[in-house]
Amino acid sequence: MTLALLAPLLAMASALAGALAPRDAPAGRLLVFALLGLSGLASIAAGVLALAGDGSLYARLPLGLPWLEWHLRLDGLSGFFLALIGAVLVPVSLFGPGYTRAFAHGPSHPAVLHLFTGLFVAGMQLVVLADDAFVFMVAWEIMSLASYFLVAFEHQHAANRRAAFLYLLMAQVGALAILLGFGVLSGLSGAFSFDAMRASYQGTGWANVAFALALAGFGMKAGLMPMHAWLPEAHPAAPSHISALMSGVMLKIAVYGFVRFAFDLLSQPHWGWGVATLIIGSVSALLGVLYALMQHDLKRLLAYHSVENIGIIFIGLGLSLLFGASGAPSLAALGLVAALYHTLNHALFKTLLFFGAGAILHSTHERDMEHMGGLIHRMPTTALCFLIGCISISALPPFNGFVSEWLTFQAFLQVSFLESGALRAMLPFAAAMLALTGALAAACFVKVFGVVFLGLPRSRHVRHAREVDAGMRAGQILLAASCLVFGVLPTFVIDAIAPVTRALLGGELANATASGWLWLTPVSPQVASYSAPLVLAGIALAGLAISITRHHQRRIHPVRRSPPWDCGFGALGARMQYTATAFAMPIRRIFQPVWHVREATVRNAAQAAGDNERAVTVRHTLHIDDRAWDLFYEPFARGIQWTARQAARLQTGRIRTYLAHSFITLLVLLWVVT
Amino acid sequence: MIEWALAIAQTLLFVTAAPLLAGWIKCCRCHLQNRAAPMVWQPYRDLARLFGKNVVVADTTSWLFRLAPYVVFGAAVLAASVVPLIATHLPTNAIADVIVLVGFFALARFVQALAALDAGTAFGGMGASREMTVASLAEPAMLLVVFTFSVTANTTNLSTAIDHILASGLVLRPSFIFIAVALLMVAVAETGRVPVDNPATHLELTMLHEAMILEYGGRHLALVEWAGQIKLMLYGVLFIDLFVPWGIASQLSWAAAGTGLVAVAAKLALLGLVLAVSETLVAKMRLFRVPGYLGFAFLLGLLGMLSHVILEVG
Repeated sequence: MTLALLAPLLAMASALAGALAPRDAPAGRLLVFALLGLSGLASIAAGVLALAGDGSLYARLPLGLPWLEWHLRLDGLSGFFLALIGAVLVPVSLFGPGYTRAFAHGPSHPAVLHLFTGLFVAGMQLVVLADDAFVFMVAWEIMSLASYFLVAFEHQHAANRRAAFLYLLMAQVGALAILLGFGVLSGLSGAFSFDAMRASYQGTGWANVAFALALAGFGMKAGLMPMHAWLPEAHPAAPSHISALMSGVMLKIAVYGFVRFAFDLLSQPHWGWGVATLIIGSVSALLGVLYALMQHDLKRLLAYHSVENIGIIFIGLGLSLLFGASGAPSLAALGLVAALYHTLNHALFKTLLFFGAGAILHSTHERDMEHMGGLIHRMPTTALCFLIGCISISALPPFNGFVSEWLTFQAFLQVSFLESGALRAMLPFAAAMLALTGALAAACFVKVFGVVFLGLPRSRHVRHAREVDAGMRAGQILLAASCLVFGVLPTFVIDAIAPVTRALLGGELANATASGWLWLTPVSPQVASYSAPLVLAGIALAGLAISITRHHQRRIHPVRRSPPWDCGFGALGARMQYTATAFAMPIRRIFQPVWHVREATVRNAAQAAGDNERAVTVRHTLHIDDRAWDLFYEPFARGIQWTARQAARLQTGRIRTYLAHSFITLLVLLWVVT
Repeated sequence: MIEWALAIAQTLLFVTAAPLLAGWIKCCRCHLQNRAAPMVWQPYRDLARLFGKNVVVADTTSWLFRLAPYVVFGAAVLAASVVPLIATHLPTNAIADVIVLVGFFALARFVQALAALDAGTAFGGMGASREMTVASLAEPAMLLVVFTFSVTANTTNLSTAIDHILASGLVLRPSFIFIAVALLMVAVAETGRVPVDNPATHLELTMLHEAMILEYGGRHLALVEWAGQIKLMLYGVLFIDLFVPWGIASQLSWAAAGTGLVAVAAKLALLGLVLAVSETLVAKMRLFRVPGYLGFAFLLGLLGMLSHVILEVG
């Protein structure tokens, strides 16, 4: 437990060091990130020990209100998420010093960045350690507010200020829903501590209300559709290592909150919750990837992919709730394990991808994919790591994203254990949506990697890009390696998660690793098996065989370099390549109704006299807007404005009307009192 | 140990027989279209010719372009080792189930599409974009087929699924009729055959797969072509394994293996003939008709699932 408390303390020390360090002192920057890295190591150690210990540790801190101490607790679930925070924090501490160097002479003071980064991290670590609603909300707000300042860090751009305000607004609305959810539980149990909430019995009605509030509140933070609007705005606005922390960790804290609330605090799951979570998760996953496909701002695209992956995580959680409510704890464990595994995987590969985007931004000052290209030649290490991230997020074997999606599919396939025929018919459809999501994600990342790293450079900055420094590369390499390791050795991870499912669901995947570490058999060896180590061994064997024959062949038939085939028309230029928009065009045409597409071709006939043929300029514009704004946010905003206008009728500006109001109020109050 | 050796032998047989199937289909098609047919083993000659050539690589490409053919071929071989061809219950079958098999195809496609974008030509981008679009629509239909099947057999492992089909004997399952048609439609789309793509054309407007591999030559092209032939055979064998597995060897004996070999060869030959007939009768469709085609396959898969839930459970 001391180790777990050390983690937020070190993060706060990092915040303090950052606040006090002079503006452009490399040593100060290194100290800030060294402390963050140590905090990450402490979190990993505490988390792994908590998972291995299979019990819970308690602590009470004499902080907060005099009659209400802070209750902290470290159990398996907290340990898992604490380790996840640490797993992202360590690469961030490697990546950070190089990346923030650019801010030393920027318009905003880097001390602000470092101060709030430390607080943000400490807040997240405290959220997972909290054992009463009071600490939870305090830590939650520290996390939200600190990240608001991080999003607003480059506040000289109006777009960033707007994004930060939207983020703050939605974070507060979400926090309100969570607060109300805790309010329901503490009203029923009469106490703030999680133990009391767990022990109290909630009737179906109140449990439903609490669940709906939790789904809305945590869903807003996690970025589920249609509550995702802040996410694609806030992620591109923040500095890249902060985007990585926000997308890689903060969204996962929301997942933690949801799991804690729905699986732990609420006594008995209802199958309807599972269905609701599953539907919201599927919609988020599919729409998230479809919106991501249409983006050409790299960081915005990655933000929409966060919506998609959070959707996949919630699909797993929904399945788990559904099976749990149907009295199949081992299948519920399968769903939960798939969701938690995907949570971990998403933290790793999304951080890696944001690092890649950050490295490109750092060396080319470019975020628009349409201006990139050919970076694999200029930034080879970043390219390789980014490729691994792309393969992982596209759920391709043998990397980590595949394992968790495979587990989710296996959970789907156990539908025959459900009694309801309607559910049995609906679930495969949801599974097919998940398959569509996966395939579209692969298409999207072919687009990303192909347009950004392959082909010819599309702008001058990109043509002269330089590889980033050793620290930034080390952070990426560490994450890329862990993507491979967690993809190839899933059995160890699943064994490690077992205490969590035992504690929350009373069931576990008994057979998952029964046939040894080589074989992953989630239900039983007869039903399904996957051996990632053997797949990797097969690939390695093939690679070995090929390199031997290649060596032989290259001697006989050498490789000759020549210009690519240009159909005999002459030199190919960078502008003849497929752009990101062109690549996604067939998909845009097929799924047209999903987006709000505004496409226009303007022929500008302002032509010089006597030069009729050449002077016509044609301008093509394409805007793709989020339909969620049209369907949810703008009606909501209009509703609020309408209500405000109605309320404003009271304000007549005449003093006698106001006196009449006061008089009537007084009368009514007197009547109520008597 | 002997089982591993048998598994490797079966994989080798799979890989070496794949060009023969492609040659057989081409031969049938030429006969049906009143053209002079090449020999059945013509693909082997083509491969040998390509392996014997020097390699020309576009100077704008990176290491990815040269690595891709090996990854594509390796994924195809790995997939071939998983699918039971002559005998079931070989140890390699358990390495991956049907979902992982779909994952292998996706990996090969992903790397191939990236390699297409590497040279920076318009053809590569066009091919990659179209291929990924078609694949992203085909994959849900494919998985719906797999789901319906595995809910029936309660497994995604191919060997166990074959056991289940063999054990339950000849039963008429309406769901299987739907998903068999769906699987055939998906297979046609995924292997780039008429009416979705035409492997024999190099016309700019209609190319899908060929546009992606336009920059390849020599042994790289040979590997990509060979991988394509393996993929075609994989879909054929997958269809046979799931729907008509009778004849496959369930125990290890020479007689059983011989029966299995003859049975699978006859069934593949018949399937190839069906493909050749359909390619002769049907014309290639426009690219934007393909979503409708694959949507139909998806619908058939869904109907299969629903008829399983409604008619066959209980």
